[in-house]
Amino acid sequence: MSNRYIRQEQLAGFGKAAQHKLREAKVLVVGAGGLGVPVLQYLTGMGIGTIGIMDGDQISLTNLHRQVLYAENEVGQLKAIVAVNKLCKLNSEVKFNTHTNFLDVSNALEIIVGYDLVIDASDNFGTRYLINDTCVILNKPFVYGAVQQFEGHVGVFNYQGSSTYRCLYPNPPIATEIPDCNTAGVLGITPSIVGSYQALQAVKVICGLEGILAGQVQIFDFLSNQQYILKVKTKPENLAIKSLQRQYDTPVCEPAGGELTVTELLKWQEEGKPFLLLDVREQKEFAKERLAFAQSYPLSALGQQLDNLQAHLPMVAICEIGGRSSTAVKMIRKVYPSAIIYHVIGGMEAWLDEIGDQYIIEPHLNSPER
Amino acid sequence: MRVLRLVIFLTLVLSVMEILLFGITRDITGQQRLNVPADQNIVTVKGLKQWLVEQYPAIGKLSSLAVAVNNTYAEDEDNLTPESEIALIPPVSGG
Repeated sequence: MSNRYIRQEQLAGFGKAAQHKLREAKVLVVGAGGLGVPVLQYLTGMGIGTIGIMDGDQISLTNLHRQVLYAENEVGQLKAIVAVNKLCKLNSEVKFNTHTNFLDVSNALEIIVGYDLVIDASDNFGTRYLINDTCVILNKPFVYGAVQQFEGHVGVFNYQGSSTYRCLYPNPPIATEIPDCNTAGVLGITPSIVGSYQALQAVKVICGLEGILAGQVQIFDFLSNQQYILKVKTKPENLAIKSLQRQYDTPVCEPAGGELTVTELLKWQEEGKPFLLLDVREQKEFAKERLAFAQSYPLSALGQQLDNLQAHLPMVAICEIGGRSSTAVKMIRKVYPSAIIYHVIGGMEAWLDEIGDQYIIEPHLNSPER
Repeated sequence: MRVLRLVIFLTLVLSVMEILLFGITRDITGQQRLNVPADQNIVTVKGLKQWLVEQYPAIGKLSSLAVAVNNTYAEDEDNLTPESEIALIPPVSGG
């Protein structure tokens, strides 16, 4: 019997029993990039029994400053395959499963069910929520890790009834809201530190060591060297997920549009932002007093006019106090599900109260009968 | 009397709530910490969020923003005191 793990086995508080647990464990690493590389290297070195490597991405030259498992002559090759080729040389006792596709709704349940623990080493919110929901459904813990600029997060979710990623962040951000590594940049070393912490948490979970970040997030500020621990309470409804959503892609633009204040509307107009302002009050009201940049689409006739809308532009509906405009938004959304459409809170009344007569046209003041 | 007034004034001025900032909230505010002036009389997490959005409307546009009080995830109705240690922790996705 080889003594390759002797330095771990001689460690007080670890020993042969813990080493045996590592050998029995099956761990899926989702993402073989900046976080995944150190996770994979250490889990392999330490002797995890079965490691699944899941990544559909290819190695690019801009990965190499942080994904130091790969080499220049491997640019263009699949990360999952290159990683397995190298890691099996590091430890031939480990069984590797190579998944050269991305985790998605169609494969998540059937792949994750075969593992005891998942490492979220992904780089996008859609995959993070998919891992969360799949692990909740299958009752598997997962080790979360993420980096942004000089900040890193590590935590363990869905562990023995602990909180989940949805308890921390109930609503997925839209695509442009939070910058990723490709847009905001990342220092080569930082994902490696976070990934190493993820590997440590994985070993703790598998071996039942103390200091598991169950339902907690450890946050690193790599510039100031400060750390912060956030404890996240379990919300029972987030443990009650029974099926996956139809899709997990991060919405690329503001999906609902939503509400707009009169101040924001004024700003849009002053900035020259392209949009359509639809005044959905009736024609009489429109003729009496209106915003100079509004077009008349009375709610009573809106159904017939929907075909004529330039729905590729962001739309803003306005009425007298905000009731009819929200009805109009629902009507337009039915026909144009992906349209960006807002309605103005408080309507024309709010405009007159807060902005005054700026951009207001009152044709009746000039009419002969006044 | 003057001394007493000065003490009261200093207590009010000095008892500001400090907020630790992380992630995108640092980019939005251009700062790593924010001080909430005591005269704002903010006593709940909800009140804090409203004050933040007034100061920095971009914070109001975030889909999810975790507020931590004394290292624990806080709900809107949770109370704040001048001694509360507050942190804003937005989501991070890179890897």
